[in-house]
Amino acid sequence: MKYKFLEHTADMKFVVHGKDLKAIFENSVLALSEYISQGEKVEKGVTKRFKIFGRDYEELLYNFIDEIIYFLDAENFVPSNAKVKLENKNDKVELRAIVFGDHAKNYKNLESAKSATYSEMYIKKKMGKWEAQVVVDI
Amino acid sequence: MIELKKISKNVYEIPKQGKMLVPSVILASEKLIEKIKQDKTLEQAKNISMLPGIVEKSITMPDAHQGYGFPIGGVAAFDLKKGIISPGGVGYDINCGVRLLKTNLTKKEFLEKREKILDELYKNIPSGVGVGGELKISEKEMNELLEQGVEWTLKKGFATKDDIEKIEDKGCIKNADAKKVSQKAKARGKNQLGTIGSGNHFLEVQYVDEIFDKKTAEVFGLKKDEITILIHTGSRGLGHQTASDYIHKMEKEFGIENLPDRELVYAPLESQLAQDYVQAMNASANFAFANRQIITYNIRKSFEKFFPKSKIKLVYDVTHNIAKFEPFKINGKKIELCVHRKGATRAFGKGRKEIPEEYRKVGQPVLIPGSMGTASYVLKGTKEAEEFSFASTAHGAGRLMSRTRAKEEITESSLKKELEESNVKFRAGSIKGMLEEAPRAYKDIEEVVRIVDELGISKKVARLRPLMVVKG
Repeated sequence: MKYKFLEHTADMKFVVHGKDLKAIFENSVLALSEYISQGEKVEKGVTKRFKIFGRDYEELLYNFIDEIIYFLDAENFVPSNAKVKLENKNDKVELRAIVFGDHAKNYKNLESAKSATYSEMYIKKKMGKWEAQVVVDI
Repeated sequence: MIELKKISKNVYEIPKQGKMLVPSVILASEKLIEKIKQDKTLEQAKNISMLPGIVEKSITMPDAHQGYGFPIGGVAAFDLKKGIISPGGVGYDINCGVRLLKTNLTKKEFLEKREKILDELYKNIPSGVGVGGELKISEKEMNELLEQGVEWTLKKGFATKDDIEKIEDKGCIKNADAKKVSQKAKARGKNQLGTIGSGNHFLEVQYVDEIFDKKTAEVFGLKKDEITILIHTGSRGLGHQTASDYIHKMEKEFGIENLPDRELVYAPLESQLAQDYVQAMNASANFAFANRQIITYNIRKSFEKFFPKSKIKLVYDVTHNIAKFEPFKINGKKIELCVHRKGATRAFGKGRKEIPEEYRKVGQPVLIPGSMGTASYVLKGTKEAEEFSFASTAHGAGRLMSRTRAKEEITESSLKKELEESNVKFRAGSIKGMLEEAPRAYKDIEEVVRIVDELGISKKVARLRPLMVVKG
């Protein structure tokens, strides 16, 4: 299972699995996509390319999710999936992403998100595989 | 298990222990405390009491539930010299708040044209995702708006002078600086002015169902069976981005070691970064006041189309996600503190110069909306709140059930039936979004209001019942 939604009284919480760190970031977009589109399949006609940094993996994941929420808010972009590349640069980690998705006007039932949060967030290697948990303020 | 002591009726305490600097007080009935125990609320309440410079106690309101950093319903006051400010104690939705309008229409008059008004409001007041507002503003106008708040909307013809008098801080928090708000935040907010958004934000038309305090209701202009309108929304993407921007800045400058929760990252109040955050937070709060004002303008236009003689006035506008600088008496000495209210409403009693002159003889109106389809309450602020809870009270019904569970357990047909039975009409962009906000997913508003009224941190004035809901 790439991701799973968990119980949270008010916000949206999910756990994501991946064979490597790259997959953690890519699979997080699948979870976000399912939440935003309320389960409807999202087309991939529009792409967003960006580069972000983080001082640790948690900050990188926070910034990554926030960037996608930014495109939803400022450019009405609904994400579908993503391809990412990670690279260590001095004391930071750089992430280059291409996010595929579609324009919000093509979907009826959309949910918004306010921000990524650090609440209960972790990224860890467990028995050779990676796992992360995120709470998104909605 | 977190140690919890019952102090008196509706008052519990997590005694000072470990890294806590002050005790943590939880305001709840026996019934609600059991609900509060079920998620991470108490753990988060305890964490607040560990923050530097916290004064006296942290407080958790009866409608509290798990949030991030502070619980939703968390209140804490900090010393200006030794204390801190934390974006996780304000929330991402800076100045998320509630505005109540009153009309000169009776329930009977309104019901005759309810469907038409519902369509008109749904058309004129954008809600949901990816639906922008009609009003497009330039960068220069955005900067003016961030610093002037509702004053800016008055200049543009969206507000009256009387409106301004009836808003917390007169709709413009001073010490706001547009330069402290990032371009990214402005880009997120620029198409969202005059929009409600999604999630738990809504617009509701109601009627005054019962009056508990006749004298105060008269002062607030509330009459039985007259129509009122309630708006619940905030600073939209602009505020969310501002919170995130400053969380990163604070992490970078002050580090995250020794924090009980990374989301509680803070800046000492005496630092430059704290000052920058305050000016950015205030600018975002002004955006939210202006947002609710433009929605008000569009509500007036929508009503005038079907009721040309309708007069719609503001009762009050409160913010329930903010940090404010206010004077309090601590150990007999009056000092200024930085009060964080995250999912809590200010509740100043009578005589305070901060509240509208017309209301000064009774106390400020406190607006506590219920969940969709259930009653909302108007209360008044009290001296007891000033002495006991840093002039703060509850802000809503408070979530009970996760959104995932609500969608699993509540069906579309049962929700529609429930709303029909309570005679509430609705328009919503997303049916699934409606399910998440179903009344059963929330605590009982009656219970929350009873507790704050019994504690005296605000007193019941009137109950409002919904007739229709518009939601994203």
